[in-house]
Amino acid sequence: MISSTIGIWNYWIVFCLMMIGLFLVIGRKNFLKKIVGLTIFQTSVFLLYITFGKIKGGTPPILNESIDSIYSNPLPHVLILTAIVVGVATTALGLSLVLKINSEYGSIEEDDISAQDLVDYHDDIETGKSVDLKFKQ
Amino acid sequence: MIDILTKNLPILVVLCPLITSLFVVLIPNIFFSWILTTLSTFITFLFSILLYQEIQIQSHISYALGKWMPPIGIEYIIDKVAIIPIIIISGISFFATIFAYKIMPEEIEKKSISKVYSLWLLAIAGLLGLVTTGDAFNLFVFLEISSLASVALVAMGAQKDKQALVAAYNYLIIGAVGATLYVIGVGLLYGITGTLNMEDLTNRISDLNNNKALIAGFGFMIIGIMVKAAVFPLHIWLPRAYAYAPSAVSVLLAATATKASLYILARILFSVFENSEDLINNTLLYVILPLSIIAMFAGTIMAIYEKDIKRLLAHSSVAQIGYITLAFAIGTKASIAAGFIHMFNHAIIKGGLFIAITSLGFFIQKRITINNLSGLGRVMPITFFCFVICSLSLAGLPLTAGFISKLYLIKATISSDAIWIAILILISSALSVVYLWKMVEVMWMREGRKIVIKENPAIYISLIIITFFNIYFGFDASLVVNGSFEAAEKLIGDLK
Repeated sequence: MISSTIGIWNYWIVFCLMMIGLFLVIGRKNFLKKIVGLTIFQTSVFLLYITFGKIKGGTPPILNESIDSIYSNPLPHVLILTAIVVGVATTALGLSLVLKINSEYGSIEEDDISAQDLVDYHDDIETGKSVDLKFKQ
Repeated sequence: MIDILTKNLPILVVLCPLITSLFVVLIPNIFFSWILTTLSTFITFLFSILLYQEIQIQSHISYALGKWMPPIGIEYIIDKVAIIPIIIISGISFFATIFAYKIMPEEIEKKSISKVYSLWLLAIAGLLGLVTTGDAFNLFVFLEISSLASVALVAMGAQKDKQALVAAYNYLIIGAVGATLYVIGVGLLYGITGTLNMEDLTNRISDLNNNKALIAGFGFMIIGIMVKAAVFPLHIWLPRAYAYAPSAVSVLLAATATKASLYILARILFSVFENSEDLINNTLLYVILPLSIIAMFAGTIMAIYEKDIKRLLAHSSVAQIGYITLAFAIGTKASIAAGFIHMFNHAIIKGGLFIAITSLGFFIQKRITINNLSGLGRVMPITFFCFVICSLSLAGLPLTAGFISKLYLIKATISSDAIWIAILILISSALSVVYLWKMVEVMWMREGRKIVIKENPAIYISLIIITFFNIYFGFDASLVVNGSFEAAEKLIGDLK
């Protein structure tokens, strides 16, 4: 029981990281911290894939006819290379959006921003015309 | 030459917008970048029509990318199911591009327009890739290409309204979590089957009945795709993203973005996991059916109380997605066909409504609200007329496309002994009349500002074409209906 639990410690780390990341995305109100959470969440999935690919005692997957050995699966590594690129693109886009939000709203806290938006929305609906930048500090 | 073209059609559909997106960004002139974009979307549309004809002959095209034979290499599959979303996406994106010519420079500053067109083509390429690929991991890459491009497009609305930034941010975060959940699912399935090819997955899954990793992987995949398809309650990103995006982008996203994901949902449910019947039946009955019914009502009621028109239409989209997933959830051949019919009809209805409302709101500074619209119907009669036709089609009045989809949906529910669902569908459609009438009333009955607006043919030409489709497919729906029934037969085959 214990040995089988400890034997898959990679997976425990993966799922701890996954939950930490997801918690940060859901629980934090700061837009920057959400992106940190998202990155941790994605990285945990990368680790999950890498763990699938590893075989105990497996060699690197290099074509060599003289040695008839067990080798690790190279495909997950390649998939993760692609996923890393996607992750970098997501993070870059997210960070640039946060920068823009900060310059427009003067804050990256969700509560501040939704309060500003609510006032904005209310004004638009009631008066029928746009009241631009009224509450911007 | 022709032979090479027809052989490579499955990849050309994706490559055409993808490659032109790289060139469009280099053109500084607004007009020429628009011309190139229109040309590219038109050629893509032509390719997809050629593909449709090819499908009538062959019924299943498998394309090995780079001559690496499946299941090792990446396979592109086009069959009678995939052709429906391909036609929807390429067709609507062509009309939306025509519409974008006049409306885009009004909302986005001139120097960034060619970049916007580049993102526009990238989003279309991502969506088309999503539906053509037969490889589970390749699907993830296309999912992210399309969603990152759409996020950037939504954020371009910030020049009109800064809330677009927050909308885009939420779309990015929720979309990225959804895509990552999908990747976890694919990873788990790869771990137990050792393949990423969807057809190969289907065969290998059949040996693994009730494997826990299989069930977990299935759950992750479904939830990830449901986020992208905006199935209730995972739709939270959708109303804001559609409302604050630039007008042309709203049209493109509303008509196409969720359709691709809904198609993937159908394919995962009925094709990839067709051999684990218990799992699918339980998912349909206990997860998708209740959520769709709630979506039908929640979307409609939110739309009734909403005063921002673009948000109103977005909430109504949530309800319409509810109809489509409801049709899938019933799970008979007739109901799945009804789902595909509604997928097509909803694309032309929502495309038309968004074009009409954004051209009506062309002269409104920031946000199109219900009060802003008063009297505009009389000032812009052609646009208003098309708006009314599309609204009637959404409500499901006879002789419009919307009626056909409601008819087949209700027929399917009754034939599978679920009369109460048919009654719920009717109630929900009746409720949708409330918000549609509210808009029509304000635009036509109320006195508005005394302004003279000359309607621009460049704007309303695509609206008229889409409205014509709404009426045409109400009179003669045989093309859509036959296609959808063939698709449903291909999907569930000899299962039922």
